[in-house]
Amino acid sequence: MDMRDSESFSLSRRRFVQGLIAGTSVLGTSMPSFAIGQPTAYGTRSPDVLTGTEFDLVIDQGPVNFTGQANTGIMINGSIPAPTLIWREGDTITLRVTNRLSVPTSVHWHGIILPYQMDGVPGLSYAGITPGQTFTYRFRVQQSGTYWYHSHTGFQEMSGMYGSLVILPRGGDGVKSDRDFVVQLSDWTDENPMEVFAKLKQQSDYYNYAQPTVADFFEDVSRYDLRTAMAKREMWNEMRMNPTDLADLSASTLTYLCNGQPPNGNWTGIFKPGDTVRLRFVNGASNSFFDVRIPGLVMTVIQADGQNIEPVSVDEFRFGPGETYDVLVYPKDDAYTIFAQSMDRSGYAKGTLAVRDGLSAPVPTLDKIQWLTMADMMGAMDHQSSMQHGGMQHQGHSMSMNHGMSMNHDMSMNHGMAMDHSQHQGMHGLATPSQQVRHAASEYGPSVDMRVDMPRTSLDDPGAGLRNNGRRVLTLDDLCAVEGVLTDTGMPVRELELHLTGNMERYTWSFDGLEFGKSTPVALKRNERIRIILQNDTMMTHPMHLHGMWSDLEDAQGQLRVRRHTIPVQPAQRLSFLATPQEVGRWAWHCHLLFHMDAGMFREVLVS
Amino acid sequence: MKNHHLIHSITAALCLLSAQALAGSGAMPSTEGEEQREAMKATSMQAMPEMQMQGGDAPADSRDPHAYSGGHTLSEGPYALPGSQRLRLADEDAFWAVMGDRLEYDNDDDVAFDLSVWYGGTYDRVWLKLEGDYNQDGLEETQAELLWGHAISSYFDFQLGTRFDYYADGQNRQWLALGVQGLAPYWFELDLTAYLGEQGRSALSLEAEYEWLLTQRLILQPRAELTLYGKDDPQNGIGSGLSDASLGLRLRYEFSRQFAPYVGIERKETFGTTADYLEAAGESAGDTRVLAGIRFWF
Repeated sequence: MDMRDSESFSLSRRRFVQGLIAGTSVLGTSMPSFAIGQPTAYGTRSPDVLTGTEFDLVIDQGPVNFTGQANTGIMINGSIPAPTLIWREGDTITLRVTNRLSVPTSVHWHGIILPYQMDGVPGLSYAGITPGQTFTYRFRVQQSGTYWYHSHTGFQEMSGMYGSLVILPRGGDGVKSDRDFVVQLSDWTDENPMEVFAKLKQQSDYYNYAQPTVADFFEDVSRYDLRTAMAKREMWNEMRMNPTDLADLSASTLTYLCNGQPPNGNWTGIFKPGDTVRLRFVNGASNSFFDVRIPGLVMTVIQADGQNIEPVSVDEFRFGPGETYDVLVYPKDDAYTIFAQSMDRSGYAKGTLAVRDGLSAPVPTLDKIQWLTMADMMGAMDHQSSMQHGGMQHQGHSMSMNHGMSMNHDMSMNHGMAMDHSQHQGMHGLATPSQQVRHAASEYGPSVDMRVDMPRTSLDDPGAGLRNNGRRVLTLDDLCAVEGVLTDTGMPVRELELHLTGNMERYTWSFDGLEFGKSTPVALKRNERIRIILQNDTMMTHPMHLHGMWSDLEDAQGQLRVRRHTIPVQPAQRLSFLATPQEVGRWAWHCHLLFHMDAGMFREVLVS
Repeated sequence: MKNHHLIHSITAALCLLSAQALAGSGAMPSTEGEEQREAMKATSMQAMPEMQMQGGDAPADSRDPHAYSGGHTLSEGPYALPGSQRLRLADEDAFWAVMGDRLEYDNDDDVAFDLSVWYGGTYDRVWLKLEGDYNQDGLEETQAELLWGHAISSYFDFQLGTRFDYYADGQNRQWLALGVQGLAPYWFELDLTAYLGEQGRSALSLEAEYEWLLTQRLILQPRAELTLYGKDDPQNGIGSGLSDASLGLRLRYEFSRQFAPYVGIERKETFGTTADYLEAAGESAGDTRVLAGIRFWF
């Protein structure tokens, strides 16, 4: 770096710092609100906001109290969440991470494109950080947006080792806001996470206290009739599957946190009426999907996984562990509740946006649990029954009204494709993703409890529990990258198909019926444009996170839509994305539900 | 992936054994036939065309799950860390549990127990099962089984091992055990085991359980058990054919999943020569017990 460079660097750096003050003063002034407003009653001290190019992070155990019960968590620099790190695109960042635990640890920078040795996955990128060791990460930041970081060792993430990353665009942020808050949602258990996992190994419905009961049956008999009540249960019972199997863990062990605060900690972000408020939502939960809304406010979603999208206004969005969404809101009243109910409706994380500290707004009641539908189990096969059971309306597909301005794609083709196994492929080669379902030989065994023969793509499905709820809910179909984000528009040279599989009763999760330990790497060539088809042969939604390269989501017609690092794949859904690996090495690819990952829904991707 | 054939062979073998055992007893009770069909259904998805979403054999054109590996493995090939450092997840871990399915006290001052322990991974486990009675005279009839369990389908395990029978007033017996255990459609927990003993003895035991969730924590559990023997065993008061059957109903309240007290009632009936032996000894062939107990695991 010559003199001129460093001058312009420091100049822009000064501007950057000023800009940052505007940004962090919000973070800064909001800090007292959770440091002073709720001093020590819950959780840990408030996370620091650290900026610059050099960071010292120290990992250690420490006392926490999220539930009224004293416990021990794993912290970075003494807080849960860990410090919010503010980087700038184009900078070379140095992070010295010291392990003061008695066991090895690691830090993974989620969604960041970097050399594989810096990715922080023990056993793949490096050996991990041993007790007492300081590991130095150093890499150039090539992107901007909202991301996060967390331990990739065992269940440490579940014990509190996660924090947010905000990367400011080098050319200045096109998004103007008066207030800028990170809203990191997470979950906490007072139990030992390993014991929680072991319990699921013995009884996989251990934490599900919303199972169909005899009383529910008689309720259905009186509401409909005996035959309907029985028909509603027949398939589930035959297949030994549970229609309320919406999450492996529930509020019976979890406390849901908003920026490290339980609901009664009431994390508060302060605004002035008339402000444009940017909320950077990060799902840093171990095992929980959240359905987020702010009653009284429309959220304009402007980024997904740190990447700019065409703004889309919604009342609610669902996101899984690993995903991030940036939204703008324009509050006018004194107080609003940020309400994030868990997907299984057993509890919620909650925060407040208010004009001053100490205010709160009404908290909505949890939505009623909706059973999974036949569409979730069998995909496109059985439209009728999915409608009959209150599922989404596949048929008339009012989706054309469902979708806003920014997209013009041919929805009518989007459906029915699952019923056609022959067409596109032969005619167009790799222009469109193959629709022909090909199960792996290893899916026909004890590791798999179901296979979907007629999957659906239905990007416009908000998912179980959100269909027809009267609110405008964000779907994958709404996400449309702005010009310039999808930098690689090349045709794929080959297509890989993998299925997401599991056996709930045995509590095992895998790709293609092979848990990680039995699997072999997916080998890719550097700079090779490939298509990966993911088909979900389970009844749960899996947020699939591919390290080291972007996942460019496409629709069933092969149109590129949006750039992600974590793609949620719904039950019986078949999605595809394109990737161009630019960094060699061994990369992790896994479901970001921590327990699914550890149970084996994990593949190594080898780029050479 | 030829597990399917294995299941068929096991089911066939068990049916053969049960037929042998039944030969002495006349007709097969219809409830048992029902349960057998249930077990067959469970282990033979091919018989159920509507269930192609589960089980079955891999078609010839199914994908090779290693097709994308380029010949590389987790510990070999470019950028691989040494084998000892490679990532290991919980799928390669072993787990264990101690289960007290029944630990109960009845109106005859008897304590009955049904305890088991397993250790292992997802597909292969070692099982120790203990079932018996205890009263003021000490241990009565008790069975201990040591089994290797191996997953053969989505919901069923094959089990192979030995059983040791202890009789306070009889002749202890040893058996070779071969069975299937798992979850049948409609959520029936089944355990079907055939035994081969010394001097050409054979036995068959069938257990089925079901759970009705009255609420999320109040659970009514019907339970049925049938025992058949291939040969008379007068020293132990056992006759060939259907020897005994019991039907129980237990209502438990789960304070937690791992601790649930219950009350229940169980009717046990003996048949054929077994009943004759009992009556000859001045006891009644049938017995109804009112009981209270705890169900636990850790």
